[in-house]
Amino acid sequence: MPATPALDTFPRLLLHHAKVRGNHPATREKDLGIWQTWSWSQVADEVRAIACGLAAQGFRRGMHLAIIGDNRPRLYWSMAAAEALGGVPVPMYQDAPAAEFVYVLNDAEIVFAIAEDQEQVDKLVEAMPQVPSLAHLYYDDERGLRNYEGVVSYDELTRIGREHDRANPGFFDAEVAKGDTHDVSIMLYTSGTTGKPKGVCQTHAAFIAAAKGGAEFDRLTAQDSILSYLPMAWVGDHLFSYAQWLYAGFTINCPESGETVMTDLREIGPTYYFAPPRVFENLLTQVMIRMEDASAIKRWLFRYFTGVARRCGSEIMDGHAVGFADRFLYALGNVFIYGPLRNVLGMSNIRIAYTAGAAIGPDLYRFYRSIGVNLKQLYGQTETCAYVCLQPDRGVKFDTVGEAAPGVEIKIAESGEVLVRGPMLLKEYYKRADATAESIDANGYFHTGDAGVIDGTGHLKIIDRAKDVGRLASGAMFAPNYIENKLKFFPHIKEAVAFGANRDSVCAFVNIDFGSVGNWAERRALAYSGYTDLAGKTEVYELIKECVEKVNAELATEGDLAASQIHRFLILHKELDPDDDELTRTRKVRRGFVGEKYQVLTDALYSGKKVEHVETVVKFEDGRSGMVAADLVIADAKRFPAQGRAAA
Amino acid sequence: MNETASAGAHHLEARRIGDPVLRLDHISLAFGGVNALTDISFDVREHEVRAIIGPNGAGKSSMLNVINGVYRPQQGTITFRGKERRGMDTHEAAAHGIARTFQNIALFRGMSVLDNIMTGRNLKMKATFVEQAIWWGRARNEELLHRRKVEEVIEFLEIQHIRKTPVGRLPYGLQKRVELARAIAAEPSLLLLDEPMAGMNVEEKQDMCRFVLDVNEQYGTTIVLIEHDMGVVMDISDRVVVLDYGKKIGDGTPDEVRGNRAVIDAYLGVAH
Repeated sequence: MPATPALDTFPRLLLHHAKVRGNHPATREKDLGIWQTWSWSQVADEVRAIACGLAAQGFRRGMHLAIIGDNRPRLYWSMAAAEALGGVPVPMYQDAPAAEFVYVLNDAEIVFAIAEDQEQVDKLVEAMPQVPSLAHLYYDDERGLRNYEGVVSYDELTRIGREHDRANPGFFDAEVAKGDTHDVSIMLYTSGTTGKPKGVCQTHAAFIAAAKGGAEFDRLTAQDSILSYLPMAWVGDHLFSYAQWLYAGFTINCPESGETVMTDLREIGPTYYFAPPRVFENLLTQVMIRMEDASAIKRWLFRYFTGVARRCGSEIMDGHAVGFADRFLYALGNVFIYGPLRNVLGMSNIRIAYTAGAAIGPDLYRFYRSIGVNLKQLYGQTETCAYVCLQPDRGVKFDTVGEAAPGVEIKIAESGEVLVRGPMLLKEYYKRADATAESIDANGYFHTGDAGVIDGTGHLKIIDRAKDVGRLASGAMFAPNYIENKLKFFPHIKEAVAFGANRDSVCAFVNIDFGSVGNWAERRALAYSGYTDLAGKTEVYELIKECVEKVNAELATEGDLAASQIHRFLILHKELDPDDDELTRTRKVRRGFVGEKYQVLTDALYSGKKVEHVETVVKFEDGRSGMVAADLVIADAKRFPAQGRAAA
Repeated sequence: MNETASAGAHHLEARRIGDPVLRLDHISLAFGGVNALTDISFDVREHEVRAIIGPNGAGKSSMLNVINGVYRPQQGTITFRGKERRGMDTHEAAAHGIARTFQNIALFRGMSVLDNIMTGRNLKMKATFVEQAIWWGRARNEELLHRRKVEEVIEFLEIQHIRKTPVGRLPYGLQKRVELARAIAAEPSLLLLDEPMAGMNVEEKQDMCRFVLDVNEQYGTTIVLIEHDMGVVMDISDRVVVLDYGKKIGDGTPDEVRGNRAVIDAYLGVAH
């Protein structure tokens, strides 16, 4: 196992795998419809060529390499190449427009950048006049780029590198040997929910500690395999597809394109899987929609056996005692329904599946576990290498994020904020000593900004962002995220924004899930022309009202939160979108911004108006702007008398 | 969007427009007493994007059908790659590297996207029927080769995610893209596109523009396209022919055509 002292940087881990499992598949990518495989020794060879190429072009120790694109093997290898030279890769969110690139490129003083394709190169070229330092551009996919001047292809870069390597044979190994475990290995930018994004500097030691802890906790080995499809700029992908990949030596698989992820997942059948709750939700929605089209007997089988699974599936997975009859039925269901369903979802081989990033609905969570997918939750931030809490195999709880991961200490501050300490903490925010000092206290605890509680068994339960937890005018606690999540657990609701801080009552904006509600409407022969039209239908309002009232009924039973029941709501005329700054790139609602932007609507919610006219400028994906106007109906929701929690 | 714009800018620099490959002289076509086309002449140069525009019923599709031999004009001649003839023959047109798409989508709805595109390779398959039936020898190698080519087209048009989906289940915009894929798979030297952007939303149109320009740039394919969205045409064409009631009323670069009085009248309507 790679725990010997010398293996303390990622490039050294890479060379180690190339030596001990040279022929073992390290990276796969589907290209022209066929899965291509690169072994560890081939990957090491490519990384060597990239690193030498970059060095020949003037990339020096301490420099930053911007990496922009979908999950492509060559981009992952470029990360390792930059690290081998003592440089720092800076992956960036590939769907951000050029204007958003400018800030990060300047902040990180980028001189070298590698981009996936013409789309990304065009954005970099557009950003260039505002980023004086940017001088070297490389690209992976040459389509459409043949006649661009001043950009260099990957093939050319590696050709230069191989030449350089031949001329200076000891160079690469000497550079790798210079690396120190406490060097910064990666800079990941925070999503910028508040203010400008900050570059989080993580060392080799921190990410290796996180990778090691996770790998040992879940017994990951070189035989595991994972689908790498989440943004490379996101800390989770860096942990699973890079740090753990290089620690455990397993295989990462890059999908053909963003749209083929489902098919690719089915073909690869990974053993280890990560997806945000939204993906699990979409998968389930698709299954449910397709089941409605299935024959009567299949529908009956599905209903019957998911019923069995709901009754005893999770208990069987957790190793609890379950009666013989139920065990027999469950085994039967496994043959008829669960097995084939896991197969369709590409989850047949999954040993461990994780979700994080947002709260997952208990029903959704139970569903996957009950059909035999070992879905667990974890908790962490960019600043903690996405490694704070993990749920153990046989001790999952639906409403917690698990117990402290090996090597991590958790403490709850008096304010309710979750504090963590351990080897996986950030070294610093880049060029932001003030922010670093603010987030790490004198005792070395990092302030997560999340409000949480630790339950009797040591499991952490996250309630909301600490700064979002407010009070209603009456003084009752108001946790907007908590309410929004409850709303979002309904498949028909995609986003929700709850208001109530310092107000008399709670009101909410709702975004319907266009796919799910659209399908619902089609089945009822309800004609609609687009999102805005569908969102304004009376029938849809009724549908959403039911959801809101169910949430109210739940809140009524939760003691202090009973006062947070939703009085009035409206369905927004457009989908909240990161391009309009309403969501962050990781799709978290910017509540304050939304509240200000749609102030006319929040005013209408609280003034008792029945209808309000609104006009909004929207940015299309192509960068142009348009206007959406609508008369929005504001609906009242039924509320329930508070029931004190029994013995609470 | 910038992407299209910059791609366009680069593509104009990169491509060299050559001599005329196709010349139409004094073409007239009538169905019974209806004159669909009257005395029309224009040419298409190597590697250019040539648009034919005009209001509904102007004779645009008829013109395309004359070019690839579906209709035989009563008068006039067609000169394709130096050979003058009265009318094209459809098979000859295909064999000489002319491929097309249709206004109302002519795909095999029950077949997968992959198989539909594969049919575009039909003319290039040389193995005998028996070889193909038992998938042996030449047929096997050929299929591997053609499949690779088809996969390249699939990647080119970014339709990997629907590779195995039956065409009938796809939305309209994607079906149009599949039809373009099938035409490209034939590796044409002259590509005829009959309203490739009809019925599409803004985003789909932009994608389609990008693909048309990419085909033109990447493969050097000469493109003749019919379109009635003026904006699209002006952005991507090198030269434009304008038809109205079967007569040619304008011909030139997009800017020239835009300033042409007869064209403005035909589009905006004028009291005669």
